Amino acid sequence: MRTYTIALAGNPNTGKSTLFNTLTGLRQHTGNWAGKTVLMAEGEFTYGKSAFRMIDLPGTYSLYSNSADEEVARDYIIFEQPDVTIVVLDATSLERNLNLALQVLEMTSRVVVCVNLIDEAKKRGVRIDLQMISKRLGVPCVAISARNKIGIDALMEQVEKVASGEISPEPVQIPYSKEIEEKVKELQPIIAQTLGTRFPTRWIALRLLDGDEGLLKSLRERMQEPTVPVKRERIGHEQTICH
Amino acid sequence: MSKPYATNSSDPLDALLAVTRNAAEGNAIRDTIVSDIYRLSRSICKEAVTYEDRRKLASAYKLDKWVTSRIWGFPIMLAILGAVFWITIAGANVPSAWIASMFGVVEGYLTAGFQAVNAPDWLHGILVLGFFRGTSWVVSVMLPPMAIFFPVFALLENFGYLPRVAFNMDRLFKKSGGHGKQALTMSMGFGCNAAAILSTRIIESPRERMLAILTNNFVPCNGRWPTLILLSSLFMATGAVGGWHTLTTALIVMGMVLIGIVVTLAVSWALSKTALRGVPTHYTLELPPYRRPQFWKTILIASKDKSWSVLKRAVVVAAPAGVLTWILGNITVGNDSILGHMAAFFDPFAQLIGLDGYILMAFILGLPANEIVLPILLMGYLSSGAMVDADGIDNIKEIFLQHGWTWLTALNMMLFSLLHYPCGTTLFNIYKETKSVKWTVLSAVIPLAIAIAVTFVTAQVIRALGWV
Repeated sequence: MRTYTIALAGNPNTGKSTLFNTLTGLRQHTGNWAGKTVLMAEGEFTYGKSAFRMIDLPGTYSLYSNSADEEVARDYIIFEQPDVTIVVLDATSLERNLNLALQVLEMTSRVVVCVNLIDEAKKRGVRIDLQMISKRLGVPCVAISARNKIGIDALMEQVEKVASGEISPEPVQIPYSKEIEEKVKELQPIIAQTLGTRFPTRWIALRLLDGDEGLLKSLRERMQEPTVPVKRERIGHEQTICH
Repeated sequence: MSKPYATNSSDPLDALLAVTRNAAEGNAIRDTIVSDIYRLSRSICKEAVTYEDRRKLASAYKLDKWVTSRIWGFPIMLAILGAVFWITIAGANVPSAWIASMFGVVEGYLTAGFQAVNAPDWLHGILVLGFFRGTSWVVSVMLPPMAIFFPVFALLENFGYLPRVAFNMDRLFKKSGGHGKQALTMSMGFGCNAAAILSTRIIESPRERMLAILTNNFVPCNGRWPTLILLSSLFMATGAVGGWHTLTTALIVMGMVLIGIVVTLAVSWALSKTALRGVPTHYTLELPPYRRPQFWKTILIASKDKSWSVLKRAVVVAAPAGVLTWILGNITVGNDSILGHMAAFFDPFAQLIGLDGYILMAFILGLPANEIVLPILLMGYLSSGAMVDADGIDNIKEIFLQHGWTWLTALNMMLFSLLHYPCGTTLFNIYKETKSVKWTVLSAVIPLAIAIAVTFVTAQVIRALGWV
C-alpha cells in the first residue's frame, strides 16, 4: 500500500488543525485565533484503501514569504511536493480565503479545495455554490464541517482520486496584466533551463519578478544539496513543544 | 526584447537573478499581482456565494462592542484574568492538600518498608527523601492548579478571546515600540515561555520579533504559577480569612501578572529606543467570530494533556534534581554540607535583595526548569535544618518561617521568580530562533539585571521604612 502525503494549507484559523485532528486522531492544539500553529504537525492515518501522511502547515494569509511561517508553508509545497494539498477555506469569509487558494494553485495542480465551517455559514445565511467554485478553480471542491465531522468522506474521496492520479486537475491560471504576462513568458524558458521543470516555472518567474530574495536563498540551498529535505521541525503524537 | 541571457557568472542562480532584475526594471509588481489575484477571487465569489442577510453575518461579532471597547475593554480583561485566577486558586486548594497527604501516607509506608528490610540510611535518603519527595511535591503543588488553569484558558482561547486581548493591548505595545501581536505571544507565555518563543514567528518584522522574544519571560509560565500562588497564599494573604483569603490571593497573583506586563512594556520601550530602534510596522489582526467552545472536549483534552506533561516533567526533571539536592545536602565537608556551603556563599548577596542563600541557589539549580525551584528550596532547607514532616501546605509555611522568612522574603521571591532569566529550554529555543549568542545571552542578562534591581530596591525600601 502506498502512503500518500497530504499538506493542509489555508488562512489562519480556518480549522486546519481541527481537520488534522479529525483525520489523524491526534490532538494538535486548536484555538480560535490566527497564528496558533507555527510548527508543522505530522500524523498518519488510513482511509479507505490508502494510507496517508498528513502535514498541518502553519496558517498564512499569503505565501509571499513575509514571515517565517509563510516561508515554512511555501517551502513545503514547493520543495517537498506533497501528493495532494488540501486548501482549507473558511466558508464564512470565502472571498479573502480564496486568495490563498489561488496562490496555492499557482504552485501545484494537485489540490483539493475544502470549504470548512459550512454549517456555520449556513446558520448565518451564506449559501455557497460549490460546483461553481470547483468549475472556476479547476480543482475538486468539497464542503465540510471538520468539527462536526460532516463531509469528511466526500473530502477524502476526492483527495484519494487526486493522489492516485485518477483525476488530474487543471487549475485556473490567474490572468495578470499584459506587462507582467510578457515578462513571465520571457523568463519561463530561462527558468526551465536553469532549474529544470521540477518547479512550477510560471510561479517562480512571478516570484523572481517580485524580487523574492528569500525564495532564491531556499533555491540555492536546494540546488547545492538537492537531497536535503525541508528542515524538519515537527511535532508528533504525545509530544508537546514545551520542554 | 533581445537581452543577452548568457552571462559569465559561475552560479546559474546569480545569472537568473540578473536577468530577472533586468526584466523587473526595478518596479515593485507585488501590488499588481495581489490586486489581480483579488480581482479573480472577487469574481468567483460573486458567482458562487449568495447572502441571505448580511446583518446575520455580523451577529457573531456583537460582543465586540463591549469586549474591545475603549472604555470596557480593559476592565473586562482584568475581570476575566482575575476570575481565571480565582477559579484556579479556589479549586486547587483542596485537591492539592489531598494529593500531598496521600503522598505523605505513601512515604510513611515506603519508609517503613525500607526499615523492615534494614536498608541503609543513604539509600532511604536518596530514594525516599530525595527522589520520592521531590517528585511528590512537584505533583501535589503543581498538578491541581495547572489542571484547572489550562482548561479554563483553553476555553477562552477556543471562544476567540485571545485576539481581542491583542486588539486591546495593541495601543500599549505600539506606544512601547513593539508589535501588537506581541500581546498574543505574551499570552502564550502564560502557558509556556519556551513554546511562546516559537509562536513569535507570527511577527513579520525581525526587530519586533526580537522584542517579543526578549520580553516573553516577564509573564509567568506554568513552572512559575505554583510558586506565585503558593507564596501569595501563604504569606501575602494572611490577613484575610475564608473566601476573602482566596480572593486576596487571586488579586495578588493578578498584581504580579500586571507587574510582569508593565515590565514587558517598559523593556520593549527601552529596547526600541536603544538597541532595537525602529518604528512599529503596520499589520492586520484578524478578529475571528466568537465560537462556542466544545466545552467538555476542551476541558478533557486540556486537563489530560497538561496533567500528563506535568507528571512527565515531574519525573524527568524534578526527580533527578531531588536526588542531587539530597546528595549535596547530605555530604558533609568540614562542619557543613556542600549545599550549606553553597548557600552560605550566596547568602550575603542574597540578603541584600531580600532573599537568602538557599533561595538564590534554588534559582540557580532550577535553571533547567522553573518547576523545580520550590522543591529544591524546600529540600535544601530540610536537609540543613531541623527535619520537619513536610506533608501538607501549612507545614511548608512552618519550614519557611523556621528559616527566617518574612512576607518580604516571599514577596521578593515572587518578584525574582517573575522577572529572572528564562528556563534552559526557553534559552535554547531563543538561540535556535535568533541564531545569535549575543541575543540569547542578553535574553538572560536583561531579565536577571531587572530582577536583581527590583528586588534590591524593594528590600531596601521596605527595610528602611521598618515594615519588616
